[in-house]
Amino acid sequence: MGTKELKKSNSNNFTKIFRNQIFIPLAALLLLALFNLIADPSFFKITLGYNNLGNPVLSGFLVTILDSGSEVAILAIGMTLVTAATGGQDISVGAAVAIAGSVLLRVLCGRDTRPETLQAPIIVAFLVCCVVAMLFGAFNGVLVAYFKIQPMVATLILYTAGRSIAAWINNNELPIVNDPSFGYFGGFIPGIPIPTPFFIAIICMIVIGLVLKFTNLRLYTQAVGINENSSRLNGLNPQVIKVLSFVILGLCVAVVGLIKTSRVSSINYSVIAKDIEMDAILAVALGGNALGGGKFNMTASIIGAYVIQFLTQTLFKFNVKSTALPAYKAVVVIVLVVISAPVVREWFSATMKKLQTKEVA
Amino acid sequence: MKKKVVSMVLSLAMVAAVVTGCGNSGSTPATTDTAATNDTAATTDAAADTASNDAAADTASNDTAADTASNDAAADTSASSDELIKVGIINNDPNESGYRTANDKDLKATFTEENGYDASFAYSNENDEQIAAAQKFIQDGVDYLLLSAAGTAGWDSTLQDAQDAGVRVILFDRVIDADESLYEGSIVSDMDKEGQTAVEWLKSQGLSEYNIIHLQGVMGSAAQVGRSGALTDTATSEGWNIVTQQTADWNAETAQQIVQSVIDSGTSFNVIYAENDDMARGAVAALDSANISHGVDGDVIIMGFDCNQWALQELLDGNWNYDGQCNPFQSSYISDIIKKLENGETLTEKTIIMDEKGFDATTITADDVKNYGI
Repeated sequence: MGTKELKKSNSNNFTKIFRNQIFIPLAALLLLALFNLIADPSFFKITLGYNNLGNPVLSGFLVTILDSGSEVAILAIGMTLVTAATGGQDISVGAAVAIAGSVLLRVLCGRDTRPETLQAPIIVAFLVCCVVAMLFGAFNGVLVAYFKIQPMVATLILYTAGRSIAAWINNNELPIVNDPSFGYFGGFIPGIPIPTPFFIAIICMIVIGLVLKFTNLRLYTQAVGINENSSRLNGLNPQVIKVLSFVILGLCVAVVGLIKTSRVSSINYSVIAKDIEMDAILAVALGGNALGGGKFNMTASIIGAYVIQFLTQTLFKFNVKSTALPAYKAVVVIVLVVISAPVVREWFSATMKKLQTKEVA
Repeated sequence: MKKKVVSMVLSLAMVAAVVTGCGNSGSTPATTDTAATNDTAATTDAAADTASNDAAADTASNDTAADTASNDAAADTSASSDELIKVGIINNDPNESGYRTANDKDLKATFTEENGYDASFAYSNENDEQIAAAQKFIQDGVDYLLLSAAGTAGWDSTLQDAQDAGVRVILFDRVIDADESLYEGSIVSDMDKEGQTAVEWLKSQGLSEYNIIHLQGVMGSAAQVGRSGALTDTATSEGWNIVTQQTADWNAETAQQIVQSVIDSGTSFNVIYAENDDMARGAVAALDSANISHGVDGDVIIMGFDCNQWALQELLDGNWNYDGQCNPFQSSYISDIIKKLENGETLTEKTIIMDEKGFDATTITADDVKNYGI
């Protein structure tokens, strides 16, 4: 084999890797990790300690990233589907989390806001919360699919009203759950030193992975997202697919509602999951998915979510002044999103090809 | 076809919104129909000649007092049912926070018919909607307009209208940028003083060293500015070490993340100064998962603000050390002012700053939790 050919196949491989959607979020993750490694290796230190209940827990920046990033990762799953199917984003996610959390606590606490014992099993409360969140998802979905309202405008309704609805569900009181077992979902299960939200995120990933593998959801969603009319002519019902994507996002919202309320065993309607929709959309964008709908890569979105948390945690670590924090975040995000934008990637691979042909010639 | 349906639905929704909007602000209790004319007459009198009107009001209340002398305490609150004092109350949305909920509840409990008031409420977090509500109240001929303004600017002309119509304006909770002559008085919390009280308390703890995690509220809000200012100043003068100073936007989860990152970095600290209860709660969750003791006899001092009932309970249980009050109970101050004005007295000062306490875990009692918790 001549050196020329070897070079060619090498650069081909490189282009292939680069063109792979998952490359950008992974590269960003590695870059952030490298930066931290050089700046202060103690970032990667993980220690095994015990919490105040005497249970073993792992702590360290990496564990915190897995812990806090999981919420956005779960939402990114649903958001990716919505983006792919409708070509728009759901901005009501944060408000919907408030509603889901409020319903959950309402069922758990009953009429009393500070009950000594749980009024209903957690699983029942969670199922009720899932149903409610899926209904609100379906509401958004119907507005988008049947009334043809722009997704961002349609979900603006719930975005505006959601937190008031959440407050109204509990008569504007702040229920507090005293049962320690409720805290497991946002904290640690006794005996297991890894934060539970990460496990929940893994379960969600496995479920969506299986669904995408064994059903036609991926194909149908992409078909609808790429061309609604032709998908209809091929016997799909675009409306149903769109509503379905919003309902799946609703399910993700319910899971996040459980984690969020479990973290503090309470809820604050006006600030719970505030601006989380932006992080979720960002995760989808960072994953290199076209925000105009069509093809999607779920893994890339999920990694994107953890990249965002990695970045946040890095900024916290270096004690960036609170007022300047969003600005730093914005700069990094802009760079990442621009690099991972399909247009830029195409241009880049085209340039690579040109260079390559020149080299060969 | 679909477009038509959509536009139909939208226009219907708009109409409905308008109708309910009007309905809300217009829904004064039915009993005032006859009283309304009296009241408007009274207010025009007031505009013309305050002294005589006050005298008239006095004699009137004396008369009724004499008539109903045998009646119970309800009668001696200066008015009977046919001469209620009409107040229009403009407040922020009660859903905004626990503070606002308590504030609204307190106002509703004070300005009742039993206490001699005919109160109408309007809620909005938008300045222009509040101004519209104020104009409606002025047209309705209320005697007093109680206002917690959403924004500080843009009230001059409305308050001028109120003055021309003989409506007296009392501000509560929020101050506005308008000439002092346009309102009778304002009842506010002094956020600087809240911060000062808390920092004084912290100083009195006499720790050998101070390593403070400072969790700030939404940057630029009055509460944040006041509560941060006191700590920053004292930390500089006393040589306290601020380990980290971050905004958690009043949010428990963000506070948890910030404290977690400090723990992860291995920096030691012994005070958490959180500018509201929620953030203190988030911070404590992070401490708990790292098995760092806190509260009375703990390694870390926990300080919060706002005096939510659950927070005071944490104090009582010894999990926290200090909670600073942000007093939402302005209604007694307001009704004092109204009574004074009705009796023709003049107010000695325009701005009344409410008493605000700071609670210490070692001295708090179960009664405090019940009385001061919001």
